[in-house]
Formats: sequence, C-alpha cells, structure tokens
Amino acid sequence: MSAPFDRRDFLRLAGVGAGVVFASGLPGCASMAAAPSTDFHFVQLSDSHWGFDGPAVNPEAKTTLKRAVAEVNALASPPDFIVFTGDLTHTTDDPQERRKRMREFKAIVADLQVRDLRFLPGEHDASLDKGAAFQELFGPTHYVFDHRGVHFIALDNVSDPAARVGDEQLAWLAADLAKLDKDAPIVLLTHRPLFDLAPQWDWATRDGDQVVAQLMPHANVTVFYGHIHQEHHHQTGHIAHHAATSLIFPLPAPGSQPQRTPVKWDASQPFRGLGWREVARHGAAEFALDQHAVKGA
Amino acid sequence: MDRRLVLAGFAASLVAMATRAAADGQPRRIAVVARKFVFIPNEITVRKGESVVLEFTAPEVVMGFFAPELGLRALIVPGEVAKVPFTADKVGRFDFLCDVFCGDGHEGMNGHLVVTA
Repeated sequence: MSAPFDRRDFLRLAGVGAGVVFASGLPGCASMAAAPSTDFHFVQLSDSHWGFDGPAVNPEAKTTLKRAVAEVNALASPPDFIVFTGDLTHTTDDPQERRKRMREFKAIVADLQVRDLRFLPGEHDASLDKGAAFQELFGPTHYVFDHRGVHFIALDNVSDPAARVGDEQLAWLAADLAKLDKDAPIVLLTHRPLFDLAPQWDWATRDGDQVVAQLMPHANVTVFYGHIHQEHHHQTGHIAHHAATSLIFPLPAPGSQPQRTPVKWDASQPFRGLGWREVARHGAAEFALDQHAVKGA
Repeated sequence: MDRRLVLAGFAASLVAMATRAAADGQPRRIAVVARKFVFIPNEITVRKGESVVLEFTAPEVVMGFFAPELGLRALIVPGEVAKVPFTADKVGRFDFLCDVFCGDGHEGMNGHLVVTA
C-alpha cells in the first residue's frame, strides 16, 4: 500500500517542527494507522487527465480513475472529504470536447461514496479558455473552506496560461490571510508547484514566490499540489510542499533527463507510479501522508 | 509543397538575413517562429560575446519563450515581433521552452540555445 519515500526528504521535513510528516513507508515512522489521535483525514486525487489517449503510456487510461474511485470507497475509514488538485481532464482545443470530458469525469467521481468533493483546475482543464469550462462544471477556480479548525485555501495558478496567480488573486489571498491568526493551521491546495522545482520543464508558478512570501508570516502552513505526477516533498522555510502522484502516467524525477516525457507503461508492473494519498491531521500542523498505489488486479 | 523544403528554404533565408545584419555591424537578428508545438528553428547557435536579437513570431496562438539558465523570457503575441536582445557570456548548451500553455503538445515544445567559444 505504501510507496517508497525519500529518506532525505523525510529527514529534512522532520527537522522543522511544525509541518512534520510521518510517512507510512519509512521504517521507524508512525503510519497513519499507528499514529495517535487523528483529528480528521482527507484524500487527495490528482492529474487523472480524463480523455488522454496513449496506449504506450497507459493502456488502462479508461479504467485507472475508476479503480482509484473504487479503492477510496473501500477504505475502512472514509475520509471527511476528497480534493482533486487539477488536470481532471486532458486538454483539447475543442471547447465542446473539453466539456464532454469534464462531464464524463464528473460522472465517474459521482460514484465516490464521500459526497464532499473539492475540485481545482490544472492547466489542461483551464489554460486554453481561462477556466471558463471548469467554472461552468465545477464552480470557482479559487476559494476557501474551513474544516475542523483548519483553513483550506484553493489557489488557481493555471487559468492564466502563463502560470501566474495574478494580482487580483494575490490581493484576494492577502485579504483572506489577514483575517487569520498567525498560528492558525492553513492548508493551501494548488496545481503547480509554488516554487521553482524545474523551470526548464515549466514546473513552477511565475509569481509563486509572492504567494510563499504571503504565507511565510503564518506558522502552520502546508501545501498540497499536483502537476508533476509523482510524490515530491520540499521545504520553503517552515512551509512543506507535497506533490501527488497521477492517475494517468508518471513523469520522470525533476530535471533528471532532457525531456519531461511520460514514463512508459511496464506490463510487468501495471499501474506502477500511479496512485493517490490519504492525509491525516494530527495536532496543530502535523500531517501524516499515506500513499496508495492503484492496484492492477 | 513538402514541409521540409519549406523549412529548409526558411532556414536559408534566415542565414542570409543574419549574414547581412552581421556585416552591417548591428546585432545579428535571428528569426524564430513559435507554432504548435515547435520552435523553428529549435536549435539556435551563437558565439560567446556575439550580440544577437532573437525575433520571435507566433502565427497561431500566444506562445512563450523562456531560457531559465540565461534569464531570457518573452511573451510572443500573434501579429507582433517579440525581440530578445542577448549577448552570451558563457559557453554551453542551454534549454529553452514555451512557458505559455498552448495545447496538447505544449510539454514537448522546447529547444536549445548553443553558445560556442
């Protein structure tokens, strides 16, 4: 059930106090099941790219998301809610086809037994029409909600095809943060990394540094995002950033090769690198991540 | 007409234009077309210390040019020429990419700027 976790990443995270992450795949660390006093937990699904067609990359493109839905439904303890951190659908130039893919995606995730679903756009959903179709079918591209003492912020860094959050949304974020105590627990959800993970692969947000600067005065902030189709863990100061796996194809490690080409399907290890995660809150800003691989059976 | 012939003719005209510009003592102008989902040319060679102006056009949709290691960036709007003056101060092979999402194929739209000694 658990995916490998980079020990160096864990140690870096573990050294910062607030935002400590326990990874169930790491020997000696508390798993979600073993960790005491879970306040609540949610599930993060990301990058399902519904409509993608590439048999060499994923011959099970039409079943992978459905498998994940079934696996989430099979959890012994249902999550409080489920977040989708973008690229729900694969891009298309055809506005009608884009909406068709979004409707099909909605029909699939309607089978989730948990009814509290929170959607964010990715650039494949929103960059070609500035989020118009996404807003028609899923609602606002940025918003906030509160859950059991934690303030969640969904931030849109994809409706601008140049990957900017933009001045208007930055002002909205500043006004929202101004209402919070500096030690309030905050989770920021977004699609692209807010830091320069691999600019040569477009794995960045052009004004992400301004978002991070706004968050820095807040003591308990954790970021969950997608876009890069793999687990990745990074710190900017005291803020932890956790990237999620995809539900369509894995991508190579940041900057590890000249092109960011998808990792090809391995018939001997179907669904390798594809999955989703549970996130459990334990205390002020401690989150336990539990990675689930999509099963081939 | 064969697409390769068109591209070859286009490249030859670029070389001629660049040669003329260099002979005038002005920065060499290098025309680059950004179309779905390729830069033409996608490999640009300059000499260290040579002053050039990269002149980008995009006949279809808004595109971007970004060479992060060189700090070069431009927004390429159809109907306009985006000019990027550049004098290389280090030898190497540097990645560039389109950093404005332009569709299915955007992720493979990139190239190299090669600086020779």
